[in-house]
Amino acid sequence: MKRAPRPFGLAATSLLALALSSTAALSAVESEDPIKLTLHDWTGQLITTQLMGEVLQKAGYNVDYVQADYIAQFAGLKTGDLDVAMEIWETTGRDAMDEAIATAKVENLGETGMQAIEEWWYPEYMKEKCPGLPNWEALNDCAEVFSTAETAPKGRYLGGPVTWGGYDDERVEALELDYEVVHAGTDAALFAELESAYQRQAPVLLWVYSPHWATAKYKGEWVEFPAYSAECYGDPATGINPDMAYDCGKPRGPIWKVAWSGVKDKWPGAYEAIKAFNVDNDEMAEMIVKVDLDGQTVDAVVAEWIAANEDRWMGWIGQ
Amino acid sequence: MTTTGRGASGTVNPSSAMVTPGFTWSPGRAFWVVAALVSALFYLFGKDWLPKWALSYPRQWNLPLKTEIGVFMNWLVEDATLGPISFQEFTRGVAWLLEWPLNAATSVLATGLMSGPGSSAVQLLPPLSWLAVIAVVVAMGHYARSRGLAALVGGCFLYLAVFGQWHSAMVTLASIVIAVPIGIVGGLAVGIAGYRWRGLERLLTPLLDLMQTIPIFAYLVPILFLFGFGPVAAMIGTIIYAMPPMVRITMLSLRSVPGELVEFGRMAGCSRRQLMWKVLVPAARPGLMIGVNQVIMLSLNMVIIASMIGAGGLGYDVLTSLRRLDIGGGVEAGIAIVVLAVALDRLSDAYARREPRSGSPTRGGLLKRHPWTVTCLLVVLGTGLAGLVIPAFQTYPAQWQITTGNGWSDLVKWINVNFYDALEAIKTALLLNVLIPVKRFLLAMPWAWVTLLLTVGAWQLAGTRLAALVLALCAFIIVNGQWPKAMVSVYLCGISVVIASLIGISAGIVSAPRPRLWQTMRVVVDTLQTLPSFVYLIPVVMLFRVGDFSAMIAIVAYSVVPAIRYTVHGIQKVDPQLIEAGVVSGCTRRQVLWKIQLPLAMPEIMLGINQTIMLALSMLVITALVGTRDLGQEVYIALTKADTGRGLVAGLSVAFIAIIADRMIAAGVARMRRRLGVDA
Repeated sequence: MKRAPRPFGLAATSLLALALSSTAALSAVESEDPIKLTLHDWTGQLITTQLMGEVLQKAGYNVDYVQADYIAQFAGLKTGDLDVAMEIWETTGRDAMDEAIATAKVENLGETGMQAIEEWWYPEYMKEKCPGLPNWEALNDCAEVFSTAETAPKGRYLGGPVTWGGYDDERVEALELDYEVVHAGTDAALFAELESAYQRQAPVLLWVYSPHWATAKYKGEWVEFPAYSAECYGDPATGINPDMAYDCGKPRGPIWKVAWSGVKDKWPGAYEAIKAFNVDNDEMAEMIVKVDLDGQTVDAVVAEWIAANEDRWMGWIGQ
Repeated sequence: MTTTGRGASGTVNPSSAMVTPGFTWSPGRAFWVVAALVSALFYLFGKDWLPKWALSYPRQWNLPLKTEIGVFMNWLVEDATLGPISFQEFTRGVAWLLEWPLNAATSVLATGLMSGPGSSAVQLLPPLSWLAVIAVVVAMGHYARSRGLAALVGGCFLYLAVFGQWHSAMVTLASIVIAVPIGIVGGLAVGIAGYRWRGLERLLTPLLDLMQTIPIFAYLVPILFLFGFGPVAAMIGTIIYAMPPMVRITMLSLRSVPGELVEFGRMAGCSRRQLMWKVLVPAARPGLMIGVNQVIMLSLNMVIIASMIGAGGLGYDVLTSLRRLDIGGGVEAGIAIVVLAVALDRLSDAYARREPRSGSPTRGGLLKRHPWTVTCLLVVLGTGLAGLVIPAFQTYPAQWQITTGNGWSDLVKWINVNFYDALEAIKTALLLNVLIPVKRFLLAMPWAWVTLLLTVGAWQLAGTRLAALVLALCAFIIVNGQWPKAMVSVYLCGISVVIASLIGISAGIVSAPRPRLWQTMRVVVDTLQTLPSFVYLIPVVMLFRVGDFSAMIAIVAYSVVPAIRYTVHGIQKVDPQLIEAGVVSGCTRRQVLWKIQLPLAMPEIMLGINQTIMLALSMLVITALVGTRDLGQEVYIALTKADTGRGLVAGLSVAFIAIIADRMIAAGVARMRRRLGVDA
């Protein structure tokens, strides 16, 4: 919600300009109340949300950006304190989303077009020290390489925060991997370790997800586990280990858009526009890199996209 | 920046246990020798000898408190009513009331006066220009004390402009400017009420303990439910956290106003109200100002956490920079918080000590009578108007901003590449020889045994009441299934406290007799206290990996502060005549230190350690961010899952560990004071 302070004169003229230009658009929208979109603390989500916000403003809607916690926001979405959340990941937000949708106060507005990938990941230089990669079966041969003083002789795998789930402890057991799972507390801690290891070209094996700037900054690959299937997670008999579930890789899945169920009636036009919103992984990754690695502002990157893709977003708002 | 003596609040019973000077063989001592032996046996053979329920409390014996709290919260949010309106409507009303002043302050300082909803809002008036804000704080500094102070606070605010932190800093300042007065006035009111009615005070004391020791993450979720999302909820969280010291200090300092003064007020015919506001409050002013100072400091401590639930500002900048691993950005925003804290701290301190100046002209023109007010108004208006033409007057120009850029990241990289192996060796040695054995030892103790030892210890220190309290609090942790996590917390905090105390007390001993060194030390200490720990947590993770060791470093860095302060305070307080006497009777410097200064300063040092324990426990939630597996992690998980019951139960367990430690140390200090013959 950063509003750049502007000098008074400029504000007055823009007020006039706005009054002239937006009368047509404003008369078309159903409610002038601001639509509240939630912002979280990762760049991709900021870009997605501000893209949507910009497009809604082009259609004449009022928008407001509100800082909210990724999971805690569902409490606000249920009551209508918050209206729209642009990125709920299949991989991390599914449970909270299902629970909220079950109350009928929150609605799933479909996929954003982006696919979440989450998996064990290693830097490219590790292939020299562990030639069998990316096949998961090579992991046990290299356990020594990936070990530290605390975990030796087992290898060390740095998992995501406990709250992300992911069943890594179960996976290690089911696939009989000689690894110890250490959970990072936050995203920042996770990538701090990667940065540190990368600087020293030291062994590291950790949870990386995409779209994220890390996959652009560091060269590396995902470990190839047996492909995920719902049965593999749900049924012990399926998969390599006949007695245990989770003997496969992690699911990949869409990133969803959700909204307070009142949005449909209050702002039908905006509702349709949000449903139509669609960008893909490559597009998003490119924008994330511009912000996180090249140091551009989110505002500038969003403005650039809006200018370059007029046809697309005009379609979303039905023009 | 004085830390409150929480320990002083503990109940002190005349000890019913043995007070035996010298090393005689008493039943009490015998008990502890036997206890140590039994503990060693448990550690070595417990796993084979003891039944499973003795080591891990069976899950089916747990009380369903978590679920009950969850049900209660749902009822509170959805169904509870206060007469005709629902409880949630009431809390939303409170939030709506608080939103007004907050919006006003944000408009004046950061965004300018906006009109219209959401994104179609237009700016009617610009916010105060950077020059105007600096002029105002400089004037306040000069008015409150001296040119030196004016230069200091001016310099602090100039940092914000030059390093490009201005906008965020003003958003943060706006919420501080509203939260602090509410905290002060509320704390004063509750404190006065507690002073008038003893019964209320008895009710308040445990409540205040809980407010200060339950990690704020534990009650963020209910706050969000009740007060909605955004800056107001964040501000309410800040007030809850920052108010307790004000209440405590109000009660304490009103009580300590000399009886003669109150008597005199009565004889002079004061009404009850006059007695309070004309006699008691002015007489207690120095004490009250310490409370004010604490409210400011604690509010600034909350900046990071508040930004997680929508306060924006500097805390948000710290978090987002570090997510990008932009260490420089995080450090600059973190230092901006420190700088803001230092400026506000010194200003409030100066106002507290300010003596009305004589000889200021009461006649003459407006300019002569109020030179500073008039100058400030002129600067505000002048820069505001000039800013319309030349933007540099309004907003500090971006091209003049400087930044440390990649300097910090490069520094960390250099250390990482060149010294990682050495650091790793130190870390591994400590982990294998100290941390892991201690953790194993604590986890090998049966829960009933530890509870028994604590209860007996409490009974020896202060009699049955304390023993009953300790027993009850331990039982709460046990029956809610939090015992193993509590032990991990105790292990992490325990080791950190020992290290922090060793460092802190030595640093205190070294700097107490050297005023120059102490000046420098104060800067370090102030920085450690206000710099958000998240700023150094990420570099620490880069050098020491995720795990208990990184958590320990963060806890030590934060909790070492009171150990230093109280040691210096205690040593400086020792009567110089006693030292003189020691020197005359031929003590060496070492003997003076060990035989006179340290024993006499011991009660203060113990209070410092008590505070160190409190701060260490309050860091548990932060260290959860680097992946510890203790009560802090439990609270953090509950927060991200929006599970109020789970969070509060774990939060209460943290609070109870803190209360047990606090009460037992307070009782120990009281005993020590009596033995030394120093009166508290």
